This record gives sequence, structure tokens and C-alpha cells, in this order.
Amino acid sequence: MTIGVKVLDRPIEEVSYVRATLSGMALTFKHLVDPHKVTVQYPDEKWDLSPRWRGTHRMLTTEDGKSKCVACGLCPTVCPANCIKLVPGEDEQGNRYPLVFEIDEFRCIFCGYCQEVCPEEAIHMGRHYENAEYSRDKFVYDLDRLSTQTHPVCEMWDPADPKGE
Amino acid sequence: MIHLALQPLMQVADSQLPPTEGVFLIGTVVKMLIVFTVYMVGVAMLTLAERKISAWIQDRHGPNRVGYGWLQPAADGVKNIMKEETYPDAANLPLFILAPAISFIPAMITWAVIPFASPLPTPWGRIDMVVADLPVGFLFCLAISSLGVYGIVLAGWSSNNKYALLGGLRASAQMISYEIAMGMATVCVLLLSGNVSLSTIIQQQSTMGWNVFLLSIAFFIFLIAAFAETNRLPFDMPEAESELIAGYHTEYSAMKFSLFFIAEYANMVTASALITSLFFGGWDIPFTQWDNLPPFTVLKTVLTLGAFLTKVLFFLFFFMWIRWTLPRFRYDQLMSLGWKIMLPMALAYITIIGTVVLALDRAGIARGPTYGAIMFGMNVVLVVLLFVVLDRGRIVSPAYSRLDREEVARLRDISSGKSTLAEKNA
Repeated sequence: MTIGVKVLDRPIEEVSYVRATLSGMALTFKHLVDPHKVTVQYPDEKWDLSPRWRGTHRMLTTEDGKSKCVACGLCPTVCPANCIKLVPGEDEQGNRYPLVFEIDEFRCIFCGYCQEVCPEEAIHMGRHYENAEYSRDKFVYDLDRLSTQTHPVCEMWDPADPKGE
Repeated sequence: MIHLALQPLMQVADSQLPPTEGVFLIGTVVKMLIVFTVYMVGVAMLTLAERKISAWIQDRHGPNRVGYGWLQPAADGVKNIMKEETYPDAANLPLFILAPAISFIPAMITWAVIPFASPLPTPWGRIDMVVADLPVGFLFCLAISSLGVYGIVLAGWSSNNKYALLGGLRASAQMISYEIAMGMATVCVLLLSGNVSLSTIIQQQSTMGWNVFLLSIAFFIFLIAAFAETNRLPFDMPEAESELIAGYHTEYSAMKFSLFFIAEYANMVTASALITSLFFGGWDIPFTQWDNLPPFTVLKTVLTLGAFLTKVLFFLFFFMWIRWTLPRFRYDQLMSLGWKIMLPMALAYITIIGTVVLALDRAGIARGPTYGAIMFGMNVVLVVLLFVVLDRGRIVSPAYSRLDREEVARLRDISSGKSTLAEKNA
């Protein structure tokens, strides 16, 4: 006598073993021969990312290859994770540019505030995943790396459809 | 020396007659090598088949990277050989090492007595397509298959791990319980064939019709018991990964674990071959007597081999199909299914079959198609009765509800000696 076993209250008249098994087998067989498989063959085929996907950052550049950043300091200020390190510099013409611009992708929470706040549309979230590296310090992206990455960037929102409907 | 060994092959004999002893010896060695090789490759491919079928049933693709999936068994093998062998400190080492072999070898031995095709005519005589056509064939199968439980129990015990031990305990209880129902189910087969040699059983089915139609319920019981004997779902109590980690092979790693895995699939192949031989006419091709009658030709051997493999592969698929359909039985339900349902059912069925066989023999009906038709008619009635009428509104071992407080108090009093049995009965 089993003590303390939970007993399901099911209508005993409907209980059957053989027929229930057969109907279960019919169901699994239907799936067995169903050519539609849900697995995505990952390295060969990939999901389309949403235009609003927020991945690792990209710094956009002007046509002559310099970064668009003017080192205004808005993004390190707005960053809730405090992951952006910016040291501003100024050239002979009085144009400000970043001497150091580093984003610690491990601290980043991918909120996208930096992209929203940027007046020059320089820093962007990337539509990108697959970020594996061999060491942890590779995850602090410097200006060089941010500027040379080529993956598409996040749209944040569609001006025609600001609520994402 | 080699010349001496091959001496028998120099003489030419009648291809329809049994060969001389020397040829018999050489033929047996060749058969052993071929059967063993095909068997091991087949088992390896089965692991792939299981993964593919499980994937398809779950709407996935399954392994398709290593050589489009076909080399997956080889990749698994290489991986398992290169992995570290771990030995638990508290394990009983000799038994720990021996256990995988003990569970692996009986699974392979059983194949020796299973006939897989009609006899092959060669220039040196007629070679039976069975490694060893033992006169006690079927008893040999039963004897060897009961050895398989030792490997599992020893693995569970020698690991010195509580989960492994529980798995081993479950295995011993389960396999012994279902072996009885299995043996009882096959008594019916023996009643019809009148012989325990598997070749005779197959010959009998080719004239009277397959035993699955003549002894449907015995087949049903045998099938369920085969699932329990091979520890496949829904009876994979000894492994029960959601309850016991990995059951009896929790502590095993690398190739020793792989050996248990191979043993499981080898057991499946053997069980499928036994079901085929006992209930589906072995290598018999249905609807024709052409394949059973001499003269034997190579074409007949090839075709009957194909028939046999088709049947075995169907049952292997069936094993996998069931595995990915049914959830595991609860342990108390498993035991009560074995002892309270399968065993009485098998005993009742033996009685019925025995009575019918006796009555038909008394009535002077010869064993042949008419005999088979009468048996078939009776079985249709019994199957309808069992599956439609009896399998309704019954639960295998309903777990009893909690004892009410009065009852518990009374039982406590009895055990602590405060009250006597007389009071309890009153």
C-alpha cells in the first residue's frame, strides 16, 4: 500500500490503456512523417533579426574614415551601466573628437540609450550576435574596433511606425 | 596446416544435403564472423536510427553534420574511446569492470540460435542459415536472456552509489517479474509447435499461419515483456534518468558506458529477432509456400533473409516508436502490471489454448490451414474481449488514497504493542 501518493481524480470509466497507447502512437507517427521540422540549421541558415534588434555596438564613420563622434559626453552620461569610457580631444581647427572611446560589452545592458541620445548619430547598436572571443579583455571594444565593424545597425524605431505596430 | 583445415572444401557434395563435419565447422566459423560483424555494425547504426527517429518525432532534424549524419556512430565511438575512464574510490573494482561485459555478452550470444534465412546451397552441401541450430533453441534463449540482469545488478551494486544501487534493484525485480510472463506467453507457442527448436517453430508457422494470428494475446504479452526485459521505455525503471540520474550506469564513463549502451541495443535486436521468429514466421515469406520447400536456391536464401530483416527492422522501429510515445510507468504500477495482470493473463491464455488444441486434436483436425483458421477466429473474439471490453474503466494498481487518521492510529497501536490482533480484527 503506497502511502502519501497523490491520486489524480480522473473519471475511471474513460480510462483505457491499449486504445490510449494506439492514439498516442498515431500522434507521434504523424509527427514522424511530417516534413515540416522546426529546427533552424543554424550555421547554414539564420533567423532574420528584427530591425530593432540591439546587439554589440558600431561607431559610424564619415566618408573620409573618421568617426562621426564629437566627444560631447552624452552617451557616458546617459549610460545606466556606466560602460562607456570617453576621453575627449580637440584638433587645431577646434573640432572635438574622442581620444579614447571604449565600451565594455560585458557591462553593457543593451538598452540603446547611447544610440538614442547621440546627436551625431555616431554610436549605434548593431543587429548582430555571435560575439565569441578567446579572452575576456577582447570584450572591451575600442574605437578602432567599433569603427571597423560592418554589421547592420539597429533602427531603434521606424519613424513611420514609432510604436512598433 | 591451412591446407589441412581447408581439406573438406576440396570435395564436392550434393548441395541439397547436409555437409560433412569439416565443411560444417568451416561454415560455422564463417557464419560467426559474418553475423557478428553485421550485428555490431547494425547496433551502431541503430544508435543513429534512434536519434533520427526521436528527432523526427519531436519535429527536429537529428544528427546531420558528420557525413550527413551517417558517420555519427563512428564519431560517437571515437569520442567514447578518447574520454577518460573514471573509477569511483569506493567501487568494487573487479566487478565494476566486469559488469559492462556481463551485460553485453549475453545479448550477443542469443543470436547464435536464431535462424535468419532459408538454407543456403553450396557446392559442399547445404548450409543452415543459423549460427547454431540447437535442438533446445528456445530454452537457450530464455536461459541466456535471464543472465543479462546480472550485468545490470552488478553494475548497480559495485558502483557503490545509491542511485546506481536503486537502478540495479529495480532492474532485478523488473526483469525477473517480466521473465515469468514472457516464459508463460511462449508456452502457448510451444503448445502449437510441439518443439523448442526455433527452426521447427518457424516451419510450423509457415504451414499453419503466423503465430501472431493464432496466439495474438501471447504475442501481446511477449511484446510487453520484451520491452521490460530490454529496459526500454515505458519500462526503463533501471535507468530512469529523471529519478535516478542514470540508474545503474551512473558511475560509468567512456567506453564502459558505451558498452552498456551497445548492450541495450543488442538486446533490442535480439528481442526483435525473437518476436519475429516466434510470432511472425521468422524468415517465412507470407502468402506463399515456395520459400519453405526444397530445392533450396541462393535466390530463396536472399529473399528470405530480406523478409527476416524487414520484420526485425520493423520491430526495432516499433521499440523506438513506443519509446518516444509513452511516458515511464510508476514503479508500483510496473510491478502490479507484471504480477497482477500479465501473469494471470498468460496463465489463463495457456489454459484456453491448451483446451482448444486438445479439442481440435480430438476432433481429428490436422495441423494446417483449417486448424489455423479456427485458432484465428477464436483469437479475434479474445482480442476484442480484451482490448474493447476488459481494457475499459480499469487502472493498473490505483495508488491507494492516504490512510485516514483512525486507520493510521490503529496501525501504530498494533505495531507498538498497545493493542492486539484480536482487537484489530474486531
